[in-house]
Amino acid sequence: MSTPASTTVRWLPETVALRPRPGVWRRLRRHRTAVVGLAVLAVFVVGSLLAPVLFTEDPTEANFERVLQPPSRAHLLGTDNLGRDLLVRIVYGARVSFLIGVLAVSLSAALGVPVGLISGYYGGGVDMAIQRLVDLMLAFPGFLLALTLIAVLGVGVTNVVVAVGLATAPVYVRLVRGVALSIRTQVYVEAAQALGASAGRILRRHVLPNCLAPVIVQSTLQLGTAILTAAGLGFLGLGVKPPTPEWGTMLGEGQTYLFSSWYMATFPGLAIFLTVLAFNLLGDGLRDALDPRMRLP
Amino acid sequence: MGLYLLRRLGLAVPTLLGVTVVVFALIRLIPGDPARLILGLQASEDEVARLRVELGLDRPLYVQYARFFARLVRGDLGYSAVTREPVIGEIGSRLPATVQLAVSSIVLATLVGMAAGILSAARQYSALDYLVMTVALFGVSLPVFWLGLMLMLLFSVYLNWLPAGGYGTPAHLVLPTVALAAFSVAIIARMTRSSLLEVFNQDYIRTARAKGLHGRVVILRHALKNALIPVITVIGLQFGALLGGAILTETVFAWPGMGRLLVSAITARDYAVVQGVVLVFAGLFTLVNLAVDVLYAYVDPRIHYG
Repeated sequence: MSTPASTTVRWLPETVALRPRPGVWRRLRRHRTAVVGLAVLAVFVVGSLLAPVLFTEDPTEANFERVLQPPSRAHLLGTDNLGRDLLVRIVYGARVSFLIGVLAVSLSAALGVPVGLISGYYGGGVDMAIQRLVDLMLAFPGFLLALTLIAVLGVGVTNVVVAVGLATAPVYVRLVRGVALSIRTQVYVEAAQALGASAGRILRRHVLPNCLAPVIVQSTLQLGTAILTAAGLGFLGLGVKPPTPEWGTMLGEGQTYLFSSWYMATFPGLAIFLTVLAFNLLGDGLRDALDPRMRLP
Repeated sequence: MGLYLLRRLGLAVPTLLGVTVVVFALIRLIPGDPARLILGLQASEDEVARLRVELGLDRPLYVQYARFFARLVRGDLGYSAVTREPVIGEIGSRLPATVQLAVSSIVLATLVGMAAGILSAARQYSALDYLVMTVALFGVSLPVFWLGLMLMLLFSVYLNWLPAGGYGTPAHLVLPTVALAAFSVAIIARMTRSSLLEVFNQDYIRTARAKGLHGRVVILRHALKNALIPVITVIGLQFGALLGGAILTETVFAWPGMGRLLVSAITARDYAVVQGVVLVFAGLFTLVNLAVDVLYAYVDPRIHYG
């Protein structure tokens, strides 16, 4: 993971140590597929932020005079069973899906990264105990764990965030533990220990910065997965409650009308697909840009 | 090998035990009185209190767990609050459908994924390679439930080739299998390709090529065998993803498996069924992981299990 060159970098003043390696942005910009991913995400984010300016209508208000209309010039993606414009709902839905994704991944990383650091750095009994716990969580197929947590917690935005965040935390524990294991034997860590640095300081100053690149890459990919999981819960009617526009929930409603009105299920699903694809493209690009040696597990 | 098997089995036992503790604890975390939930709002306090004693809910948690575990090993998972039938029977009638879907999907994913990965690696950086890897990228980004609906729209509604849902004939199996396998096809193809490319750099591959062996023989006989370990790991992990995806796929295609049972049980707050299905899913996954580890020993004789 770490070469002698990066060892010297770590000993520069502290502000430098935490900064991403130079040229990351330049390398990312040259990565064509990553730029495509970034552009797609930018369209969704900007669109959802500007939604109230772009559209005058309310994404949740029913209008029974125009139910289930196919795509037309007035309604580019058609209208749903309650006469709501699908484009408006999808653009507003981006807010919900992205918010859930970001919060769930943040929760997941906030739980998983410190636990992984401790597990890898201290080793021994602590590591054993944490890893058995992780094994236990990984004994449940990912989506099943989120679904079970929803069964316990109940539906709603907050519970979806908690369920998805908890279910994916083991990924971070494993990832960060691996890095911490390899860093703790490095000479500069030994030197810091000899100088009397506390474990907390070593973890913050030396181990954590080395975890940043893999954590950033993983989080980007994880955002796609989190949005996908949340949408899956919504599709089953166990996610965000209607009438809140959420892509998975919209897709679930669309299934009922699949045979008569194809557009109701098609477009929300397309939005999920494009978003997840964009996060995957960006994640792959970031991996190449941050560290060309890093590879898919 | 025999000793290794025993040892690996020994490792699976604590995991399975842990799974029962986690599921037991999770279900007890649900707010509300299970006895009241079973009897409904009309029942009198007396009736509820009697059922609480009957179910052992008045005892400490560890006693409840011991009773739960003692019943579990006898195959007693309690009764459904909705149908009043034994949970084990409900699961038993749904399990074959889920296993059928999961097995057919993993077989399809393995065959197609490995074939695509081998082709891709054999012609690295060719148009074919790019095509396969692009399709694989799409595959990992597709929501299984959306893919299912789109396949249904195309093949059932417009072309009218295959049934849109249901269970029974081989024709019913096609669309759910394809939808569920897509993600795993992509993952297996990627892993096969990268694992093969890594092996291609080894000395023994250069030797095999240098002595004039046909390219196909080198890839299939020399390289593939050595590239298999990571691929098998991924296939094992994919089985877990498939079980998760099966929950969604079954809902899309009205497939009468455990996934749909779980979803309807969650919606109906039928917690005995939720508990039972989650236990069976996690148990299945643990056993598959066990099988994968045993398969390693078969594929790679270099692995020593001292």
